[in-house]
Amino acid sequence: MFTLTINGEKVTIPEGTTIMDAAKQVYINIPHLCYLEGLEPGYHCRICGVEIEGEPRLAPSCVRQISEGMKVHTNTARVRRARRMIVELLLANHSIDCPTCERNQVCELQKLAFELGVKEVRFDGEKPSYELDETSPAIIRDPNKCVLCGRCVRVCHDVQTVSVIGFVNRGLETMVSTFMENGLGNVECTNCGQCIHVCPVGAITEKSAIDEVWAVIANPEKHVVVQEAPAIRAALGEEFGLPAGTLVTGKMHAALKRLGFDAVFDTNFTADLTIMEEGSELVKRVKEGGVLPQITSCSPGWIKFMEHFYPDLIPNVSTCKSPQQMFGSLVKTYYSEKAGVDPRKIVSVSVMPCTAKKFEAQRPEMSDSGFRDVDYVLTTRELARMIKEAGIDFASLPDEPASELMGFYSGAGTIFGATGGVMEAALRTAYKLVTGKELEKVDIEPVRGLDGVKTATVNVDGLEVKVAVTHGLGNARKVLDEIRAGKSPYHFIEIMACPGGCVGGGGQPISFDLALRDTRGKVLYNEDRALPYRRSHDNPSIKKVYQDYLKEPLGKESHHLLHTKYTKRERV
Amino acid sequence: MSTTSWKTEVDEVIKRRRKSKEALLPCLEAIQEVSSYIPQEAVSYLRENLDVPSIDIYGVITFYGMLTTKEQGKYAIRLCNSLPCDLNSSKEMLKVIEEELDIKAGEISSDKKFTLEVVPCLGLCDKAPAMMINDKIYENLTEETAKKIIAELKG
Amino acid sequence: MEKILTQNIDKPNSQDIKVYLDGGGYKALEKALSMKPEEVIAEVQKSGLVGRGGAAFPVGLKWSFTRREHTEPKFIICNADEGEPGTFKDRIILKNDPHLFLEALIIGGYAIGASQGFVYIRGEYYREIEVVEKAVEQAKEKGYLGDNILGSGFSFTIQVYKGAGAYVCGEETALIESMEGNRGAPDCRPPFPAQSGFLGKPTAVNNVETLANITAIITKGGDWYSKIGSPDSPGPKLFCLSGQVNKPGVYELPLGITLRELIENYGGGVRGEFKAVLPGGVSSSLLTDLNVKLDYKSVAKAGSMLGSAAVIVINKDTSIIDVAKNTVEFFAHESCGKCSICREGTRRGREILSRFANGGGRAEELDLMLELGEVMYDTACCGLGQAAMNVPVSAITLFRDEFDQKVRK
Repeated sequence: MFTLTINGEKVTIPEGTTIMDAAKQVYINIPHLCYLEGLEPGYHCRICGVEIEGEPRLAPSCVRQISEGMKVHTNTARVRRARRMIVELLLANHSIDCPTCERNQVCELQKLAFELGVKEVRFDGEKPSYELDETSPAIIRDPNKCVLCGRCVRVCHDVQTVSVIGFVNRGLETMVSTFMENGLGNVECTNCGQCIHVCPVGAITEKSAIDEVWAVIANPEKHVVVQEAPAIRAALGEEFGLPAGTLVTGKMHAALKRLGFDAVFDTNFTADLTIMEEGSELVKRVKEGGVLPQITSCSPGWIKFMEHFYPDLIPNVSTCKSPQQMFGSLVKTYYSEKAGVDPRKIVSVSVMPCTAKKFEAQRPEMSDSGFRDVDYVLTTRELARMIKEAGIDFASLPDEPASELMGFYSGAGTIFGATGGVMEAALRTAYKLVTGKELEKVDIEPVRGLDGVKTATVNVDGLEVKVAVTHGLGNARKVLDEIRAGKSPYHFIEIMACPGGCVGGGGQPISFDLALRDTRGKVLYNEDRALPYRRSHDNPSIKKVYQDYLKEPLGKESHHLLHTKYTKRERV
Repeated sequence: MSTTSWKTEVDEVIKRRRKSKEALLPCLEAIQEVSSYIPQEAVSYLRENLDVPSIDIYGVITFYGMLTTKEQGKYAIRLCNSLPCDLNSSKEMLKVIEEELDIKAGEISSDKKFTLEVVPCLGLCDKAPAMMINDKIYENLTEETAKKIIAELKG
Repeated sequence: MEKILTQNIDKPNSQDIKVYLDGGGYKALEKALSMKPEEVIAEVQKSGLVGRGGAAFPVGLKWSFTRREHTEPKFIICNADEGEPGTFKDRIILKNDPHLFLEALIIGGYAIGASQGFVYIRGEYYREIEVVEKAVEQAKEKGYLGDNILGSGFSFTIQVYKGAGAYVCGEETALIESMEGNRGAPDCRPPFPAQSGFLGKPTAVNNVETLANITAIITKGGDWYSKIGSPDSPGPKLFCLSGQVNKPGVYELPLGITLRELIENYGGGVRGEFKAVLPGGVSSSLLTDLNVKLDYKSVAKAGSMLGSAAVIVINKDTSIIDVAKNTVEFFAHESCGKCSICREGTRRGREILSRFANGGGRAEELDLMLELGEVMYDTACCGLGQAAMNVPVSAITLFRDEFDQKVRK
């Protein structure tokens, strides 16, 4: 423990603490830009500088550790002058178009300029004029807004271990870019969108489909159908001032109806369907000596990651499509039949917490319906924008259900949005498939929560089924390298690209706070507990789609519409 | 400039220095020495052999003034423009050379024979103005000597 | 003053180990190996030698910090990335007397407890790299490198690293990043290289000229050395004289001679009329007083910095605005780009000075530059950013009229 003084106040704090963390003990949040909890400090922005008595210069409080007897001042005239000037300089080199910027009101540079009292930008000169990187179907990079904080580089390298963006050039030409500046779409970018969450400004955003969706809704010739992922209902309320952890399923459906969609369904229905297919696939592999462990396949960020970095493990990956894509296959076939609508008139829209879903939807093989299965993908943020644009008072909406045909779901379907949810849902059904009996304790606690790799063993009629759950691609490598080395003890592994699972997806309300992601996940477990059906195979709408259309899991129709293939992708 | 020539150099360096990130800069320098620039395939080769992401290798190449992924001219002219040379007519030397080669600093001549760059201090300040062409030093330049040097290389 | 640093450079084949040995070379190493490492460090501390690369940190102290650390392995690196405009002294030693600093590097390795040494030479010094690599081979052949040197039980190897064209890699933490295969962006200190340097291990980084003083200190003792030069700044210095002066070159002289003596007695006088001088290259502030003594304390007291003693002379025909613009452009080009204040500060500094140089200056931007200079000193991560505005700031302070004349009416 060290005793030191901060702004005249004496405190005793454990050795090894940074000045920034220590200052929180005296109710001071030292202003900063490039520092972000959850990432290694970058000490790039220099805004967090503080005065230490006896030292000639300001010290970066995000990395500087406290020492015995240190006397720190966080709010002197010299410190304030430095912070303001640095923000001024950043603004001078920034494409300032706040009113029309994606991050208006959610921008850390904007916040700093306002809170630090920057009233003018005295530096007047050349602004950057880089080309946008629009090579990815999911994510756009605008180097003209980049403040070179390096957070995106750190999350891509250290957390996701994809490492496709980094600093290039030197001096005034320094920028964040991709290999040979070829663009995200031409390197191993998985489209996970975690870079969007850590970017403090509007330099990284998703490719928007809002205008296209407005256009088809307004087109009387088109019959627009919408599905929404489980993670949406756990976070959408945050965009409307509702407290974090508020379940807004009913309001979500109500808003979608009022936006003008012709049919409002729910991805949770096809989450249940995925469980039927994937559970059956797992049982088949176990019984017939197929390739194990089986790995889930509903995270398109994980799939692209696998195709680039672990294509040798393709045989391990479930052939099941994701719930989004299973839904897409059924909209212009099953639904069009049931509703008597010409499939050529149907436009299939999804609302996803995920930026990689925009990539997934345009994969060439995702057209088993005979048409593009999913035409447009909107992120949670985009949906919120549309609701605001329409002037809908979201927080006051009544609760309304989705249409039952492809919108009724079990608790197993809704927990897909949390890390461990797919695993738990699959075990509830796999147990029945193997033993013929119901799994009594449907809550499988060991696979829940934020640990990087979670493991559990479930006794299925004498067979000890070993499972693992990981979230965040850096954690995924741990179980994947084990499989490669022939040492994996598991039968079934769930991998989600995003830390926290889909509730932390690249399309969710901006936040890198893992505690918030955990809160969102808990919302879904709570919804699960309150629903009439908690197992996918009990869902009446699921029974109906097999009875009326698909016949049986892994059958001919299911295989045609609900299963897919993967492609080895090159490294650059 | 065949693939095999830089590959041999790289393998040599890795053998001497061990397969690690510390071998990256020596490998890049070896490739540059043989090929006068660093081809994309070379970066992929280094990625595979040193286990360093391509963007990190590219970030290193673009950081250093002497490394490049762009093809260079046969003669890389580096004229110093730091203060001691600037105080000794380096600007005039630049004008002369630009005229002789009909290119501006930062460009490559149409016959791909010359690349011209202004560079910071070469450590030849007592013999200013000075320049280097490839690994040769040319010091105490005058308009006449500069013209003569270029003319000789033009052939 | 007897020559210590340049004693060998005029000998024919001075790079050859045979010539070096004939002149008494590697005797200091022999002596050092017979002493305890702590005793070697004590001699260096007694000498009062400070770093000659620009930072002027006491060498004995740096070695003692590194010696203190218990982590293994330890490293010692010779910084031969000479890049400060106006500095061309290390080149003389690298090319003409490589064994002088190599012997010192081995002694330093012994003193701090390192078994591996490196020489990081800037990539543009092609000849010097060849010479040093050959000298390392020769030292190996004669048994001054390798296992159990001179039967002492001490083993040491030297590896040469080539820089690739980045001035900022002369900063010791950036140099270490460069060797580790990264972009040469400086690190935050603390921790210092003595605690956590190359590969996270204790590392001492010393300039070529600094090392070139060591053998004399070991041979003749720290006390003897401390009496050369001035009491606060002992020792000889390689002064680099360049710019608008009649006899530019490297001059070995005791620390403490005045600017006037250097320029007039050795430099053949100013070419034209004297206006100003930069005593420590473009990282230092302008001086106009020729009576200033060239030692670290006196130059600091006069408001500038001696640094590597790269003395650049400017005459009255030269626009001080052009000088300021040239130096900020240098830093803008050489900035690693990582910290926002240095990158953006040099970007805007450059723009403002270009406006003045073209006769379109804005009056309010003069005080703005002074403020920018202070903030850059306060917040930049490394010496480059901290010093980048020294020339413009001192130019505005000393020659404000010239700037006022370039304000757009």
